[in-house]
Amino acid sequence: MSKKKSEHSIMENLDDEEKTIERTNKNIVLITIFFVILFLALICYLFYFTAFRSESFINNSYNSKRTELIAKRIVRGSVLSRNGEVLARTVIKNNEEIREYPYGRLFAHAVGFSSQGSIGVESIAGFTMLTSNDPVMLRLRNDIKGIKNNGNDVVTTLDVGLQKCAYEAMGSNKGAVVVMNAKTGEILAMVSKPDFDPSDVVKLQESIDSGDKDTPFVNRATLGLYPPGSTFKIVTVLEYIREHPSYEDYEYECNGRFENEDVKISCYHEQKHGNLDLKSSFAESCNSSFANITSKLDTKKFNDTCKQLLFNSKLPCPFSYKESIVDIGRNTKKSEIIQAGIGQGKTMVTPMHMAMITSAIANEGVLVKPYIIDSVKSSKGYTVREYTEKEYKRLITKEESDILKEFMTEVINSGTGTKLKGTQGYDVAGKTGSAEFSEDKKKSHAWFTGFAPVDEPQIVVTVLAEESGTGGEVAAPIAGKIFEEWFKR
Amino acid sequence: MKVIFLTFNKYIELVLMAVYTIQCFSVFRYSDEKDRNGIYIRQDVGMALIYFLSFLQLYLQMMDINVIRFYIITQLLFLCVILLFRLLYPKANKLLVNNMCMLISIGFTILVRLNFQKAKKQFVVVLISFVLAFVIPLILKTFNRLRRFYPLFAFTGIAALSAVLFFSSAINGSKLNIKIGGVSFQASEFVKIIFVFAIAGILTCVRSNKRILISCIVAGLHVLLLVASKDLGSAVIFYIVYIVMLFIATGRMRYFWGGLMGAGLFSVVGYFMFSHVRVRVEAFMDPLGTIDNSGYQIAQSLFAIGTGGFTGMGLYMGVPNRIPVVEADFIFAAISEEFGVLFGICMVLICVSCFVMFMNIAMRFNDMFYKLVAVGLAVTYGFQVFLTIGGVTKFIPLTGVTLPLVSYGSNSIMVSLIMFSVIQGLYVSVKSMNDEDNKKKAKD
Repeated sequence: MSKKKSEHSIMENLDDEEKTIERTNKNIVLITIFFVILFLALICYLFYFTAFRSESFINNSYNSKRTELIAKRIVRGSVLSRNGEVLARTVIKNNEEIREYPYGRLFAHAVGFSSQGSIGVESIAGFTMLTSNDPVMLRLRNDIKGIKNNGNDVVTTLDVGLQKCAYEAMGSNKGAVVVMNAKTGEILAMVSKPDFDPSDVVKLQESIDSGDKDTPFVNRATLGLYPPGSTFKIVTVLEYIREHPSYEDYEYECNGRFENEDVKISCYHEQKHGNLDLKSSFAESCNSSFANITSKLDTKKFNDTCKQLLFNSKLPCPFSYKESIVDIGRNTKKSEIIQAGIGQGKTMVTPMHMAMITSAIANEGVLVKPYIIDSVKSSKGYTVREYTEKEYKRLITKEESDILKEFMTEVINSGTGTKLKGTQGYDVAGKTGSAEFSEDKKKSHAWFTGFAPVDEPQIVVTVLAEESGTGGEVAAPIAGKIFEEWFKR
Repeated sequence: MKVIFLTFNKYIELVLMAVYTIQCFSVFRYSDEKDRNGIYIRQDVGMALIYFLSFLQLYLQMMDINVIRFYIITQLLFLCVILLFRLLYPKANKLLVNNMCMLISIGFTILVRLNFQKAKKQFVVVLISFVLAFVIPLILKTFNRLRRFYPLFAFTGIAALSAVLFFSSAINGSKLNIKIGGVSFQASEFVKIIFVFAIAGILTCVRSNKRILISCIVAGLHVLLLVASKDLGSAVIFYIVYIVMLFIATGRMRYFWGGLMGAGLFSVVGYFMFSHVRVRVEAFMDPLGTIDNSGYQIAQSLFAIGTGGFTGMGLYMGVPNRIPVVEADFIFAAISEEFGVLFGICMVLICVSCFVMFMNIAMRFNDMFYKLVAVGLAVTYGFQVFLTIGGVTKFIPLTGVTLPLVSYGSNSIMVSLIMFSVIQGLYVSVKSMNDEDNKKKAKD
């Protein structure tokens, strides 16, 4: 290679090199922008998390050390009913802060407690009540003087009158009652029994440690899983209607029992229901007929419908809750599917979930998120935040909800719920259930879930009374008292 | 008086921090270091003020005279570092010097608060690393034939990672450390740097596809060894660094996007292949649901960040020690809890300004090898910051890497400091070469 030629190519290379450098620098800028965008996204997320998402983490009971720390600087705010009655407050006695619950046991689970762990509103709004939204200057003045600031008050959707009524109607029964506004999802009352005195949790804890098996701390409304019994027929009948457009032609002759090669099902007390169509099967809650109906269902579609109705899945529930269980799968035995169809076997549901399904039927198929915190007010009375109804999602179509409404009305008019017939000024739609839970067939959990009035539903009531008898005899009258109290106004 | 100070101090520090952060970006308006000098000096004053206020607060609450001793010694150290850089390397980039000191000082503050013993240990390592930091630019200046040694770099990296894989015992399920003469080394930390040099060396002459293939094999071996050691965080960093360097070296965008898509594919495969990946993802999806086992760390971290809120609980007024491995991987959560999320965001922005400055320096080099080294180190640093802060805030799944310069850990801080000083060294040596060139040109 001659010297001249190589010099020439060096010149060319230099030119090339400059171009390469320019292009490379452009690419470096691109990479820089790419990473800066990543960081900006991270920073936006941090803002979002701190402003909107952090509260659900802070209120967690695992974070109690930090909330205790804040409690040294802020006096915990009060819990109020929808009409402003005080349900929980912090008072100072002998220089000591004491949490007072003026209604005692009445709101033991709904409002809950907050010492050595927490449940209820005291738990979910714990941090809110330890945050002060008083004027900044006032807070700073208090900080400097070393005076504690006042935390925010939480206004709940709870109604003292209805709560009292539900509490008293339950009497000495174990179980739960959920009362919701059918349109908005506001939780108006929530009772769980057995109960406890929230101001004396320490003493109660001792009695539990020493072997009390009644689990009074458990809020049965959201954490109690029960076999749904006949209330599950709402789901089964819905699935039958979906699969059989000519469901009105259904016929069945009930002789008190259903038998095939897989399973034997008998009606309650082996009662013979005689000639039935679909509506009367539902109204009379005929197990044999429903075993027959279930045997005709498509397993996969049945499972899908259960999923749509939020079985085996998360619920939009403000309290800590358990997911309902239903086992209808490809590998499930035929006999177990038939058991599931009448709400027995492995099927389990919480009263809260049953209330949600009922409210969706009352609300033209749409589930509105149940909520219990209506608003947050600063100690000076100014509104910090307000919550309103929020649609969760459509569970069934409007047409389906109309049919189910009609069927549930029939339960009251001619079926197992006639105890709620002939009420003054309103009509009720609902479904009863008497769920067997052990080999002993004499015992059963009594269920009632329903709403009123039928045309323009105002409230949804779900009642569960453990080991108390049949739904029609025990649970329906409890619901009746609550409807009575509501429509008296 | 004390109460007033303790109440208001966090707000004062937050304002100072915000001012410092804004200055980090306002320096980019000037391209000449001389014009930036005023900003740098104001930054130094702000930094010293924040450090002083933090330690005053710590002392008022801990009432331990050792806190004051520690403060004086470390403040002197920072002063020496800043002055020595100005004296020895007047051409060095002072934004990087300042940010380096700022991040270390935040680390010292929170470490004293979390665990004084560890803070002292960290101080010793920082001291040694600073000595190295002053020597490295000198070495790079006199020894500029580094690109020829890429086979050695590649081989050393692979050998070190293999040694860790085959000869070390697992801690928390991942193999990270190897002990040499009683001192434990986290090999992946040190290999980060030589990996960048190796790849840069291989890719400097890109005309041949053979070179690309070789680089691919070398990078692949590194990543596979790390995956086998269950050191996921490092594996992801090496992977990303490689595809960025490949893109810069070849100028072919498709390598970058293809690489990113490959990363997506690998994560899906990893999810189904490795149970420890699934555990991390589960914890990420639902930390509260898995709080009794895999979600515990991240839930505790989010409790801390959330409870601290935007302005923080105040230094020494939170309970950051409830977070597991808070001094190392979760240090950002502790800082957020006590100094506030806004302070934390400022710190993220300081890291971003370091990253942008690294890239800015990369653009000034005319030599492809230096460019690649600078870009590689910049991405190593930037992406690690993103992984750790994104991880502890639940923006992305947790990968278990440290926050460079801030987290406790002798390997982590030493390597971070070496990284900063390598960039400084390249910057200084190339700058003086360019200056000489310009002088020659001016003479011609």
